[in-house]
Amino acid sequence: MSQRNLLLKMELRSNPETLCAVRGAVAQLTERLGFSESECRAAVLGIDEALTNIIRHAYAGHPDRPIELQFRRIQTSSCAKSGEALEIVLEDRGKKVDPKKMCGRALEDVKPGGLGLHFIRESMDALEFRRRNGRNQLRLVKFLPVPDAPVGS
Amino acid sequence: MQIAARHLDKITIFDISGDIDLSTSPDLRKPLLRELRELRTPRVVLNLKAVRYIDSSGVASLVEGLKAARDVGARFILFGLNTTVREVLQLSKLVRIFEICESEDQAVAT
Repeated sequence: MSQRNLLLKMELRSNPETLCAVRGAVAQLTERLGFSESECRAAVLGIDEALTNIIRHAYAGHPDRPIELQFRRIQTSSCAKSGEALEIVLEDRGKKVDPKKMCGRALEDVKPGGLGLHFIRESMDALEFRRRNGRNQLRLVKFLPVPDAPVGS
Repeated sequence: MQIAARHLDKITIFDISGDIDLSTSPDLRKPLLRELRELRTPRVVLNLKAVRYIDSSGVASLVEGLKAARDVGARFILFGLNTTVREVLQLSKLVRIFEICESEDQAVAT
Protein backbone atom coordinates (compact mmCIF):
# COMPACT_ATOMS: atom_id res chain seq x y z
CA MET A 1 0.00 0.00 0.00
CA SER A 2 1.25 3.47 -0.86
CA GLN A 3 2.89 5.48 1.91
CA ARG A 4 1.86 8.71 0.19
CA ASN A 5 0.04 11.21 2.37
CA LEU A 6 0.25 8.81 5.30
CA LEU A 7 -0.65 10.53 8.57
CA LEU A 8 -0.64 7.62 10.94
CA LYS A 9 -0.19 3.86 10.83
CA MET A 10 -1.15 1.56 13.70
CA GLU A 11 -0.61 -2.15 14.12
CA LEU A 12 -2.51 -3.75 16.96
CA ARG A 13 -3.87 -7.04 18.23
CA SER A 14 -7.56 -7.89 18.27
CA ASN A 15 -7.74 -7.36 22.02
CA PRO A 16 -10.73 -5.19 23.06
CA GLU A 17 -8.50 -3.54 25.67
CA THR A 18 -6.54 -1.81 22.88
CA LEU A 19 -9.65 0.04 21.68
CA CYS A 20 -9.20 2.78 24.27
CA ALA A 21 -5.71 3.61 22.96
CA VAL A 22 -6.95 3.81 19.36
CA ARG A 23 -9.79 6.11 20.38
CA GLY A 24 -7.31 8.45 22.05
CA ALA A 25 -5.12 8.58 18.95
CA VAL A 26 -8.07 9.15 16.59
CA ALA A 27 -9.44 11.92 18.81
CA GLN A 28 -6.11 13.76 18.70
CA LEU A 29 -5.58 13.23 14.98
CA THR A 30 -9.05 14.43 13.98
CA GLU A 31 -8.75 17.45 16.27
CA ARG A 32 -5.44 18.40 14.61
CA LEU A 33 -7.07 18.04 11.19
CA GLY A 34 -9.61 20.69 12.14
CA PHE A 35 -12.75 18.62 12.65
CA SER A 36 -15.34 20.08 15.02
CA GLU A 37 -15.70 18.47 18.45
CA SER A 38 -18.84 16.69 17.31
CA GLU A 39 -17.20 15.39 14.12
CA CYS A 40 -14.16 14.22 16.12
CA ARG A 41 -16.50 12.21 18.36
CA ALA A 42 -18.25 10.81 15.28
CA ALA A 43 -14.92 9.73 13.73
CA VAL A 44 -13.85 8.09 16.99
CA LEU A 45 -17.16 6.21 17.19
CA GLY A 46 -17.06 5.06 13.55
CA ILE A 47 -13.50 3.74 13.73
CA ASP A 48 -14.07 2.14 17.14
CA GLU A 49 -17.16 0.35 15.82
CA ALA A 50 -15.26 -0.86 12.74
CA LEU A 51 -12.57 -2.33 15.00
CA THR A 52 -15.21 -3.88 17.25
CA ASN A 53 -16.74 -5.58 14.19
CA ILE A 54 -13.35 -6.99 13.18
CA ILE A 55 -12.73 -8.33 16.70
CA ARG A 56 -16.21 -9.83 17.06
CA HIS A 57 -16.95 -11.10 13.56
CA ALA A 58 -13.74 -11.50 11.52
CA TYR A 59 -11.75 -12.86 14.48
CA ALA A 60 -14.65 -14.30 16.51
CA GLY A 61 -13.32 -12.72 19.70
CA HIS A 62 -9.76 -14.08 19.50
CA PRO A 63 -7.64 -11.40 21.17
CA ASP A 64 -4.26 -11.98 19.52
CA ARG A 65 -4.88 -11.52 15.79
CA PRO A 66 -3.38 -8.65 13.76
CA ILE A 67 -5.23 -5.51 12.71
CA GLU A 68 -3.67 -2.68 10.75
CA LEU A 69 -4.98 0.85 10.44
CA GLN A 70 -3.71 3.51 8.06
CA PHE A 71 -4.83 7.12 8.07
CA ARG A 72 -4.22 9.32 5.04
CA ARG A 73 -5.11 12.82 3.96
CA ILE A 74 -6.46 12.48 0.44
CA GLN A 75 -7.99 14.56 -2.31
CA THR A 76 -11.26 13.00 -3.37
CA SER A 77 -14.09 13.70 -5.74
CA SER A 78 -17.48 12.09 -6.04
CA CYS A 79 -20.83 13.00 -7.52
CA ALA A 80 -21.95 14.35 -4.19
CA LYS A 81 -18.87 16.11 -2.89
CA SER A 82 -15.22 16.72 -3.58
CA GLY A 83 -12.33 18.02 -1.57
CA GLU A 84 -9.85 16.95 1.05
CA ALA A 85 -10.72 14.01 3.22
CA LEU A 86 -9.41 11.71 5.89
CA GLU A 87 -9.17 8.17 4.59
CA ILE A 88 -8.96 5.30 7.06
CA VAL A 89 -8.16 1.77 5.89
CA LEU A 90 -8.62 -1.08 8.34
CA GLU A 91 -7.16 -4.44 7.38
CA ASP A 92 -7.51 -7.84 9.04
CA ARG A 93 -6.70 -11.45 8.21
CA GLY A 94 -9.90 -12.88 9.61
CA LYS A 95 -12.63 -14.86 7.94
CA LYS A 96 -14.20 -13.43 4.84
CA VAL A 97 -16.94 -10.91 5.53
CA ASP A 98 -20.06 -11.21 3.40
CA PRO A 99 -20.75 -7.68 2.09
CA LYS A 100 -24.45 -8.59 1.81
CA LYS A 101 -24.51 -8.95 5.59
CA MET A 102 -23.09 -5.46 5.98
CA CYS A 103 -26.47 -3.78 5.82
CA GLY A 104 -27.21 -3.36 9.53
CA ARG A 105 -30.71 -3.77 10.87
CA ALA A 106 -33.92 -1.80 11.00
CA LEU A 107 -33.66 0.72 13.83
CA GLU A 108 -37.36 0.36 14.56
CA ASP A 109 -36.52 -2.97 16.21
CA VAL A 110 -35.89 -2.32 19.88
CA LYS A 111 -33.32 -4.98 20.58
CA PRO A 112 -29.72 -5.10 21.71
CA GLY A 113 -27.01 -5.49 19.07
CA GLY A 114 -26.67 -4.72 15.39
CA LEU A 115 -26.05 -1.00 15.82
CA GLY A 116 -22.35 -0.95 15.01
CA LEU A 117 -22.65 -0.78 11.23
CA HIS A 118 -25.31 1.89 11.49
CA PHE A 119 -22.93 3.97 13.65
CA ILE A 120 -20.12 3.53 11.09
CA ARG A 121 -22.35 4.63 8.21
CA GLU A 122 -23.67 7.63 10.12
CA SER A 123 -20.19 8.71 11.20
CA MET A 124 -18.46 8.53 7.83
CA ASP A 125 -19.07 9.99 4.35
CA ALA A 126 -18.14 6.81 2.49
CA LEU A 127 -17.61 3.16 3.29
CA GLU A 128 -16.15 0.51 1.00
CA PHE A 129 -15.35 -3.11 1.67
CA ARG A 130 -13.15 -5.48 -0.30
CA ARG A 131 -11.37 -8.78 0.09
CA ARG A 132 -7.79 -8.80 -1.18
CA ASN A 133 -5.01 -11.42 -0.80
CA GLY A 134 -6.87 -13.21 1.97
CA ARG A 135 -7.44 -10.00 3.89
CA ASN A 136 -10.53 -7.93 4.63
CA GLN A 137 -10.10 -4.25 3.87
CA LEU A 138 -12.55 -1.64 5.07
CA ARG A 139 -12.02 1.85 3.67
CA LEU A 140 -13.71 4.74 5.40
CA VAL A 141 -13.71 8.33 4.17
CA LYS A 142 -14.61 11.45 6.11
CA PHE A 143 -14.45 14.84 4.41
CA LEU A 144 -12.34 17.47 6.11
CA PRO A 145 -14.08 20.68 7.11
CA VAL A 146 -13.87 23.37 4.45
CA PRO A 147 -11.82 26.32 5.75
CA ASP A 148 -13.63 29.65 6.00
CA ALA A 149 -13.02 31.93 3.02
CA PRO A 150 -10.78 34.92 3.84
CA VAL A 151 -12.64 38.11 4.69
CA GLY A 152 -13.20 40.24 1.58
CA SER A 153 -12.74 37.41 -0.91
CA MET B 1 -15.20 1.70 33.40
CA GLN B 2 -16.18 1.82 37.06
CA ILE B 3 -19.60 1.04 38.45
CA ALA B 4 -20.79 1.55 42.01
CA ALA B 5 -24.22 0.89 43.48
CA ARG B 6 -26.11 2.96 46.04
CA HIS B 7 -29.32 1.80 47.64
CA LEU B 8 -32.15 4.13 48.61
CA ASP B 9 -35.23 2.39 49.95
CA LYS B 10 -36.50 0.39 46.94
CA ILE B 11 -34.29 2.19 44.47
CA THR B 12 -30.81 1.25 43.32
CA ILE B 13 -28.64 3.92 41.73
CA PHE B 14 -25.64 2.88 39.67
CA ASP B 15 -22.93 5.51 39.33
CA ILE B 16 -21.02 4.71 36.15
CA SER B 17 -17.83 6.34 34.99
CA GLY B 18 -15.25 5.91 32.24
CA ASP B 19 -15.62 4.19 28.87
CA ILE B 20 -18.36 1.66 28.07
CA ASP B 21 -17.10 -0.36 25.13
CA LEU B 22 -16.62 -3.92 23.92
CA SER B 23 -14.22 -4.75 26.74
CA THR B 24 -16.21 -3.18 29.58
CA SER B 25 -19.90 -3.52 28.63
CA PRO B 26 -20.20 -7.00 30.26
CA ASP B 27 -19.24 -5.32 33.56
CA LEU B 28 -22.26 -3.06 33.16
CA ARG B 29 -24.65 -5.68 31.84
CA LYS B 30 -24.15 -8.25 34.62
CA PRO B 31 -24.98 -6.08 37.66
CA LEU B 32 -27.90 -4.46 35.84
CA LEU B 33 -29.50 -7.77 34.96
CA ARG B 34 -28.86 -9.17 38.44
CA GLU B 35 -30.47 -6.14 40.05
CA LEU B 36 -33.56 -6.49 37.88
CA ARG B 37 -33.97 -10.24 37.36
CA GLU B 38 -32.67 -11.68 40.62
CA LEU B 39 -33.08 -8.93 43.21
CA ARG B 40 -36.26 -7.61 41.58
CA THR B 41 -35.48 -4.03 42.53
CA PRO B 42 -38.52 -2.01 41.45
CA ARG B 43 -36.55 1.03 40.28
CA VAL B 44 -33.06 1.01 38.81
CA VAL B 45 -31.45 4.36 38.07
CA LEU B 46 -28.26 4.90 36.05
CA ASN B 47 -26.11 7.97 36.65
CA LEU B 48 -24.24 8.46 33.36
CA LYS B 49 -22.73 11.87 34.21
CA ALA B 50 -19.15 10.58 34.31
CA VAL B 51 -19.35 8.31 31.25
CA ARG B 52 -16.65 9.45 28.83
CA TYR B 53 -17.55 7.17 25.93
CA ILE B 54 -20.22 4.66 24.97
CA ASP B 55 -20.30 2.42 21.89
CA SER B 56 -22.92 0.11 20.37
CA SER B 57 -22.18 -2.67 22.86
CA GLY B 58 -22.81 -0.19 25.70
CA VAL B 59 -26.09 0.89 24.13
CA ALA B 60 -26.98 -2.80 23.74
CA SER B 61 -26.39 -3.30 27.48
CA LEU B 62 -28.74 -0.41 28.25
CA VAL B 63 -31.38 -1.90 25.94
CA GLU B 64 -30.99 -5.26 27.70
CA GLY B 65 -31.46 -3.53 31.04
CA LEU B 66 -34.59 -1.80 29.77
CA LYS B 67 -36.02 -5.04 28.43
CA ALA B 68 -35.30 -6.86 31.69
CA ALA B 69 -37.03 -4.02 33.59
CA ARG B 70 -40.08 -4.27 31.36
CA ASP B 71 -40.19 -8.05 31.87
CA VAL B 72 -40.37 -7.72 35.65
CA GLY B 73 -42.44 -4.55 35.77
CA ALA B 74 -39.61 -2.36 37.09
CA ARG B 75 -38.60 1.14 36.09
CA PHE B 76 -35.28 1.78 34.40
CA ILE B 77 -34.23 5.43 34.43
CA LEU B 78 -31.19 7.21 33.01
CA PHE B 79 -29.93 10.61 34.13
CA GLY B 80 -26.87 12.83 33.71
CA LEU B 81 -26.53 12.28 29.97
CA ASN B 82 -23.59 14.33 28.73
CA THR B 83 -23.13 15.35 25.09
CA THR B 84 -21.21 12.21 24.15
CA VAL B 85 -23.79 9.80 25.54
CA ARG B 86 -26.72 11.83 24.22
CA GLU B 87 -25.24 11.96 20.69
CA VAL B 88 -24.75 8.18 20.59
CA LEU B 89 -28.25 7.47 21.89
CA GLN B 90 -29.71 9.90 19.36
CA LEU B 91 -27.70 8.27 16.58
CA SER B 92 -29.08 4.88 17.61
CA LYS B 93 -32.62 6.32 17.37
CA LEU B 94 -33.24 4.61 20.71
CA VAL B 95 -33.22 7.75 22.83
CA ARG B 96 -37.03 7.87 22.77
CA ILE B 97 -37.44 4.42 24.34
CA PHE B 98 -35.58 5.27 27.54
CA GLU B 99 -36.97 7.14 30.53
CA ILE B 100 -34.49 10.00 30.88
CA CYS B 101 -34.34 12.50 33.75
CA GLU B 102 -32.32 15.67 34.10
CA SER B 103 -31.15 15.02 37.66
CA GLU B 104 -30.88 12.38 40.36
CA ASP B 105 -33.55 14.13 42.41
CA GLN B 106 -35.96 13.88 39.50
CA ALA B 107 -35.06 10.24 38.78
CA VAL B 108 -35.68 9.28 42.39
CA ALA B 109 -38.79 11.39 42.95
CA THR B 110 -40.84 10.87 39.78
